Amino acid sequence: MSLVVLAGAAKAGSALSGAALDAAVAALPPEGRVARAWAVLGTVLDPEVPALSVRDLGIVREVITPDGAPDSVLEIVLTPTYSGCPATEVIEQDCLLAINAAGLGPAKVTLRRAPAWTTDWISEAGKSKLSAYGIAPPGPVDLSVGVPMRIVRRGADRNPPVVACPRCASLQTEQLSAFGATACKSLYRCLACREPFEYFKPI
Amino acid sequence: MQASIQLQPDLSTQYLLRLGDTCLILGQRLGEWCGHAPVLEEDIALTNMALDLVGQARAVLTHAGRAGGFDEDQLAFLRDERDYLNPTLVELPRGDFAFTVLRNVMVATWLKQWWTALAASSDAELAAIAGKAVKEARYHQQHAADWVVRLGDGTAESRSRCETALSALWRYTPELFEDDAVDAAARASGLGPAASDLHTAWLAEMTEILIEATLAVPKASAFRSTGKHGVHSEHMGRVLAELQQLQRTYPGGAW
Repeated sequence: MSLVVLAGAAKAGSALSGAALDAAVAALPPEGRVARAWAVLGTVLDPEVPALSVRDLGIVREVITPDGAPDSVLEIVLTPTYSGCPATEVIEQDCLLAINAAGLGPAKVTLRRAPAWTTDWISEAGKSKLSAYGIAPPGPVDLSVGVPMRIVRRGADRNPPVVACPRCASLQTEQLSAFGATACKSLYRCLACREPFEYFKPI
Repeated sequence: MQASIQLQPDLSTQYLLRLGDTCLILGQRLGEWCGHAPVLEEDIALTNMALDLVGQARAVLTHAGRAGGFDEDQLAFLRDERDYLNPTLVELPRGDFAFTVLRNVMVATWLKQWWTALAASSDAELAAIAGKAVKEARYHQQHAADWVVRLGDGTAESRSRCETALSALWRYTPELFEDDAVDAAARASGLGPAASDLHTAWLAEMTEILIEATLAVPKASAFRSTGKHGVHSEHMGRVLAELQQLQRTYPGGAW
């Protein structure tokens, strides 16, 4: 029942966000194969940001059994974060390994590109985990920002978004580099506690 | 050595190859900066953008190859030079940092307009790829535009390098906006915009950036490059030699 709702929402292109998706998953019969698969996927960590599970990250969009038969192929639908994210293939493998190890196979992973992944799909729990891990979580994606071009004039403040330090919560922080160790993060430093930290870019 | 694949691409496949090869070859050129950029932050930035571009190329080439039964690796590594359909602009050697950021702003501004239009493509898979790629093109443009302004409106040295780069690059931009049968078919089928459809928006944004950088928009040139018809500059063979060397030497090699 809930699964039907889930599939319908995805088909309509109205991607469920973190909380709504979690609620839909929580409404599934807990002993069913799909609910157990969701639970297992909640333990598969992102290889680049191992504080988060793939569910926290919001990249698991659907788990589908075609007919409910125990030996049918379980389909896990993932939406990649960035076009060139080198972790995508590792994540696919990790998901399959975990599902098979839990005795929920056979399974396959399919990639769904539309609608495109956004950091708004990271769950609230995921954002708290990021912060505790030392990465400032992304703010909400403002669709109006970035569509018109913004040019930083010479001598002007670069005025990147105000980001709170994940260690001391100070707002006195500055951007060191727009790009960081992975495509999804930029580098900041806190002027209060002097610690450098990473910021998960809203996209 | 592994033999080349032989392509007979139809008009819509040629359209996809022009897009995918643009991403592939510029990604390769930006990757050359790895370990060589002026500062560590820019080393990371340029290679991050290279990764985005190669990711976009993988998606587009996978899609382009499906009709002919080729996969992304065969298309990336096993074509002859004449079968690559990127415009000449993206295959030019990486030059100095001014040359690289100026080319990046030209290409990212163009691709941003192209991806935006492609998000409404009649081809659902292409539209899905575009929906993601446009977000990436936006911050590629942002990054490059910030640098062009900083260098153009910078020291005598940085300004002079920008002027030299702009003058060298501008003559390669008309190719981006010239239509042929591939464009007419794409526009008619709803696959995507014709090349000329993107010119007005591109020139408006480029002019805004160059004015902010206190650089003059160069005069139009009569020169026409022909990379998207498969007729490349002398530099293309060298890019491909580096790009293809491993797969050609060790066929099917994987690691």
